[in-house]
Amino acid sequence: MQFRSKFEGPWATPEPMLVIKTGAWRFQRPVTKVGKCRQCGWCYIFCPTGCIEEKGTYFSANLDFCKGCGICAKICPGNAIKIIREEE
Amino acid sequence: MGETRVKGQVKVLDGNRAAAWGVFLSRPDVVASFPITPQTPLLEALYRFKGDGLLDAEMAEPEGENSALSILIGASAAGGRTFTATSSQGLSFMYDAYLFTSGNRLPIVMVIAMREQVGPHGVVAGQQDAVLVKDGGWIQIYTESCQEILDSIIMAYRLAEDPEILLPVNVCYEGFYLSYHSQRVEIPEQEDVDRFLSPLQNSRRLKLCLEEPMTFSSYTIPGELYTEYRFKHCAAHQRAKGKLDQIDREFSIMFGRSYGGQIEEYETSDADVVIVTMGCSSGTAKGVIDKKRAEGLKVGLVKIRMFRPCPNERLVKALSGKKAIGVIDRSVCFGWNCGHNFVELKALLSDIQAPAPLMLDFIAGLGGSDITSQHVERVIDATFAAAQGKPYQTVTWLSLE
Repeated sequence: MQFRSKFEGPWATPEPMLVIKTGAWRFQRPVTKVGKCRQCGWCYIFCPTGCIEEKGTYFSANLDFCKGCGICAKICPGNAIKIIREEE
Repeated sequence: MGETRVKGQVKVLDGNRAAAWGVFLSRPDVVASFPITPQTPLLEALYRFKGDGLLDAEMAEPEGENSALSILIGASAAGGRTFTATSSQGLSFMYDAYLFTSGNRLPIVMVIAMREQVGPHGVVAGQQDAVLVKDGGWIQIYTESCQEILDSIIMAYRLAEDPEILLPVNVCYEGFYLSYHSQRVEIPEQEDVDRFLSPLQNSRRLKLCLEEPMTFSSYTIPGELYTEYRFKHCAAHQRAKGKLDQIDREFSIMFGRSYGGQIEEYETSDADVVIVTMGCSSGTAKGVIDKKRAEGLKVGLVKIRMFRPCPNERLVKALSGKKAIGVIDRSVCFGWNCGHNFVELKALLSDIQAPAPLMLDFIAGLGGSDITSQHVERVIDATFAAAQGKPYQTVTWLSLE
């Protein structure tokens, strides 16, 4: 029998959790104002999908997985993340 | 049987306190439970152990049963040994957490001090609460005596946390009868219990920790992955059957007591007729079997200990070649107009070599009523009459006739 998971139960390491392209569920998206990001990492900690990536001088969401919930913008102490409608 | 070996203390304990001893000796890390009749004295006894400074466990007092089991889900996922106990409505209230526990393969041990399911209203003994969740993916072990409760809890931890099993286990006993009924109980030595459970120390299981971050219950899309986890869950249930037999043998070597593993067979080898029981009525039934044997009737008894997974191979072996089987059910299976064990055994009939035995069901002991030796005698007499070719009734509601 061929198994896809090496585990007995539905456990996984964090990386393969990002398998479903949940970005398709989104109607709004976060945009990081690169110069305002102080890399405190709060968005990284609070993002429920775990899709925030460190980009050297700033953090931003991987839009393949970001569902557009807006928590990162709400939590950002530097007001560096703006939520805009998908059509914008 | 050799002479009785008594190691450690001998006490007079009811089922709840015997259960508390079993839990205490197994050294749980976290206990989370909400009191409900008839399980409450079990918690009182555990808190007494804690208050006396003997039990080194985190004790959580949540606002309800759903939270109790949910706390244990977290504690078990973090690698802890956990315990909870409940009855009837409390079990219903933890239903979603109950399914979540088994599906995520968390080896939690839970006592069910069995009580009738409301409604009709009744704070009374029954088996309906525990048998209702038989398809919830847990292992279920039903016990006959206070000693068996204590011993089964220790064995339950060995079974649940075995790296080949990793499934939650219910240890079930009838409330009011066993929960409040005092019997002679031998308390194993702590060092022996530690030694018995020591194979688990080196077994690795997945757990939440900072060094190696993991997550559960991970989302399983596509459906093949979900199917795979279901397949593995079912396979673990099948492995659990032989594993319980093996654990029972090891237990017997270390403590001098054996319960037969999945099922206990009593006077079955040359029997023409076999009575099937589950839970505390087995003791009454064995007494009646002795009496009927003295009268020359070839009758035996099969006690189902492991209700889930179904001990089908051993049942088929024990029931093959019998003329008739009388099942005593302390529960009803709605829609089948009989008890749960009767449905289960009917499903095994095609595996039994022809000629298949006749099967009769007897509903007894509902709503806290007694299953008396007179009842068991009627069961044996009716099953014998059927075996001799006399007309019989498939399902008999004993207390209504």
